[in-house]
Amino acid sequence: MSYLQADDMTQMDQATTAIEAYLQQHETKTLLRLLTCGSVDDGKSTLLGRLLYDTQLLFEDQLATLRGDSQRHGTQDGELDFALLVDGLAAEREQGITIDVAYRFFATEQRKFIVADCPGHEQYTRNMATGASTADLAVVLVDARRGLLTQTRRHTWICGLLGIRHVVLAVNKMDLVDYREDDFRAIAAEYQTLAEQMGIAHVMAIPLSAINGDNVSANSAATAWYDGPSLLEHLENVAVESPASQLGFRMPVQWVCRPDHGFRGYAGQVAAGVVEPGDEVVILPAGVRSHVERIVTADGDRREARQGDAITLTITDERDISRGDIIATTGSPPQVADQFAAHLLWMDDTALLPGRNYWLKIGTRTVTAQITEIKHKLDVNTQERLSAKRLELNEVGYCNLSLDQAIAFDAYQQCRELGAFILIDRQSNATAGAGTLAFALRRADNIHWQHLDVDRDARAHIKGQNPACLWFTGLSGSGKSTIANRVEKRLHALGYHTFLLDGDNVRHGLNRDLGFTAEDRVENIRRVAEVARLMTDAGLIVLVSFISPFRSERQMARQLFDEGAFHEIFVETPLAVCEQRDVKGLYAKARSGDIPNFTGINSPYEAPEAPELHLQTMAMDADALAQQIVDRVLA
Amino acid sequence: MAETGSLARSSHLKRLETEAIHIMREVAAQFADPVMLYSVGKDSSVLLHLLQKAFYPARPPIPIMHVDTKWKFQEMIRFRDRRARETGVKLIVYTNPEGVQQGINPFTHGATVHTDIMKTQALKQALDKYRFDAAIGGARRDEEKSRAKERIFSFRNAKHRWDPKKQRPELWDLYNTRIHKGESVRVFPLSNWTELDIWLYIYRENIQVPSLYLAAERPVVERDGTLIMVDDERMPLSAGEVPQMRKVRFRTLGCYPLTGAIESEADTLPKVIQEMLVTHTSERQGRVIDHDESASMEKKKQEGYF
Ligand SMILES: Nc1nc2c(ncn2[C@@H]2O[C@H](COP(=O)(O)OP(=O)(O)O)[C@@H](O)[C@H]2O)c(=O)[nH]1
Repeated sequence: MSYLQADDMTQMDQATTAIEAYLQQHETKTLLRLLTCGSVDDGKSTLLGRLLYDTQLLFEDQLATLRGDSQRHGTQDGELDFALLVDGLAAEREQGITIDVAYRFFATEQRKFIVADCPGHEQYTRNMATGASTADLAVVLVDARRGLLTQTRRHTWICGLLGIRHVVLAVNKMDLVDYREDDFRAIAAEYQTLAEQMGIAHVMAIPLSAINGDNVSANSAATAWYDGPSLLEHLENVAVESPASQLGFRMPVQWVCRPDHGFRGYAGQVAAGVVEPGDEVVILPAGVRSHVERIVTADGDRREARQGDAITLTITDERDISRGDIIATTGSPPQVADQFAAHLLWMDDTALLPGRNYWLKIGTRTVTAQITEIKHKLDVNTQERLSAKRLELNEVGYCNLSLDQAIAFDAYQQCRELGAFILIDRQSNATAGAGTLAFALRRADNIHWQHLDVDRDARAHIKGQNPACLWFTGLSGSGKSTIANRVEKRLHALGYHTFLLDGDNVRHGLNRDLGFTAEDRVENIRRVAEVARLMTDAGLIVLVSFISPFRSERQMARQLFDEGAFHEIFVETPLAVCEQRDVKGLYAKARSGDIPNFTGINSPYEAPEAPELHLQTMAMDADALAQQIVDRVLA
Repeated sequence: MAETGSLARSSHLKRLETEAIHIMREVAAQFADPVMLYSVGKDSSVLLHLLQKAFYPARPPIPIMHVDTKWKFQEMIRFRDRRARETGVKLIVYTNPEGVQQGINPFTHGATVHTDIMKTQALKQALDKYRFDAAIGGARRDEEKSRAKERIFSFRNAKHRWDPKKQRPELWDLYNTRIHKGESVRVFPLSNWTELDIWLYIYRENIQVPSLYLAAERPVVERDGTLIMVDDERMPLSAGEVPQMRKVRFRTLGCYPLTGAIESEADTLPKVIQEMLVTHTSERQGRVIDHDESASMEKKKQEGYF
């Protein structure tokens, strides 16, 4: 038994020559991906069936089935019902509507076409988006009698959202308005305005009758007033190539290839730009750099790879690279961010709620995401921006988006591969939303970060306490640390979660680079205040025992905390007493000039004007003072 | 060092190839136990070729599985085993044991029962047995109307059923691969290929396919207007029925008693392609099984037929 292999066929017979010639022609054909959409019953299925028929892509047996089906289910009194050719699902036939996007293929001498035939009903908008996401051009149908409908606007809006720049407005059923030019012109003009609003640059309006074939593949005598191309002629010739992308090389890592210890490659599809061995690249979001060593493919190593190529890269250094990382040019790499403004189409029966966690897939990376705020949703019919607390099925909105980790990205307008994302429901695994990144938000702009699942209140709640900052201020040796220490012991014994920040200790670590100049004292306090605030965010009761001699710094610290969470405790002991105690021998040194800028001696202490607590250590013992503080904090 | 493969980089076929490679890599990266269904036909040959390309220089991390009904053309089995050896890809062969015990065959039980038990049920059993969470198949959208509507990553519930009304939206090339335990996904990397694309790609890439696709003198009998090849002695012949040698080839390969041959002079690959260009019969007509209503494929698919 022999097996067939093209190699074996050395005889260059006639067929081979013919096939070579055909292949040559076939290979140079361009590909146009388009979708057909519009309201239900405007005649999409009929039009597409007509296109397939006219380009003679129907096989004899398909025609036979069609004749049979036309008799049985047809709406054309037994005439060929082209819609039946493309309405594939039994459920659709029964209802006579198209519920899911169907892909159709045909070719002419010039081009190959993949058509996504999209459903008209509003409840199937998500299916329409599925078809639109991969299309270069949209054919939007309208019924010449009915003009623009809600679905026409919705579909046009989604085309705009997904970046489709070419639309054919197919004004169908012209036979039913006696091929009147005025009717056609009015609809075309209205649509032109709409398309402009939605950022669609190129609109071609064509008067048609799908049923009769007028202006479908050839110009019709019935519309002598129309001097534009037929639909097919336009589809064959329209130039949809996007202006050459200005972006440099970038490739999401899809799969790490490690057949043995000697080889480690990163497989992916080039999203933009050109890459060559020797190019310096950066791996994002980590930001480490290396150089491209080889561009590996099963057809041999390449000297370069460009947008669209599926390749495997090796690099010159050992780097920790995994799926989801982006390998990019160092010249103009994508940005890295974790907060975005984004357009969103909601596609799930369960509404989108801000603050809820979803999986977000972008490129080859999957992260956790939440919508922090819906800026507005859009009434597709009126273009009105409405405020919204949620997005329901098929609604479109403009949102702020927050991720649990930073990612490398480009704006969708610049690069679809690095700017498009889907949201996946974490319970049902449904593909719940589709969106496009507009731009990164600076972190400070994002006032809604408290949508974090575990926030400050949650952390405090689990500890069963109200976080607070007890800020002890007073001269060196006044008793701050002694009292603070006793307060902490008591709170701890009562089961509270505390932490004591002591000036001397902090100066050994976090602030060991700081001296005692006025600037350094300010910075000393600023850092400690920030740390104390983080600790209260963590739910703790924080005790800060710092001389903190300046009013303005204590004020600055106070402003970091909520009302009632900051307790300024002035521990007052007369300078003379402190100097007399001089536990650490510092006053003596200061007096002898060994310590410059010592508070109370050669640097001022600004006593608090209105502290929450004013303790006079000469009046009571340390335990009693500590109890006073505990009582106040727990009140 | 080859600058490019044999395909022009900008060609339609190159775009289809790249898309298929992207899809296969997604499967390898996102599923724990993927498999590729291998039916020995031309589409499977293309899939196997793409599988090797996608993971080069590594051996494909995805095994291939053939559901053997025991009624395949003999050449298919030999071809299958040889290709597995040559490529080094792991091959799993599964046959429904109960079906074998009950002696299910297309003659006494009919095409529908045979296909259901030995193919549809067998496939479900195999997927359950090996707990595959993703199965790559070679179906194309140009084959049949309900396939024209199927996603590239097509969700199946724990009972392997496809719900055409609840398909996940599928935008860009961002495939949702999340499933719960027991559920699975069928993946169709050749969705956007046409039959002609398949043949041109086979020719361009020099891919091996069984010689049953080429016209040769073969012993056939005519049943209800369909030419059936007598591939072994199990084929029951009615009294006086004598197999005739005719020059035929096959457009699809399956169980020999259920696969119609067409008369043809195309005994080389280019001639087959040339015949295709002038053909007026679509490929599924050769499958005895789909003849009745055109909704039948959708029904079978809902029940788990591939
Ligand atoms: N008179 C006329 N009827 C049409 C034309 N195109 C479609 N139809 C009819 O309009 C109805 C809806 O068509 P169909 O293609 O199913 O619409 P779809 O829902 O957009 O796919 C059917 O009864 C068609 O026969 C046309 O150009 N002229």
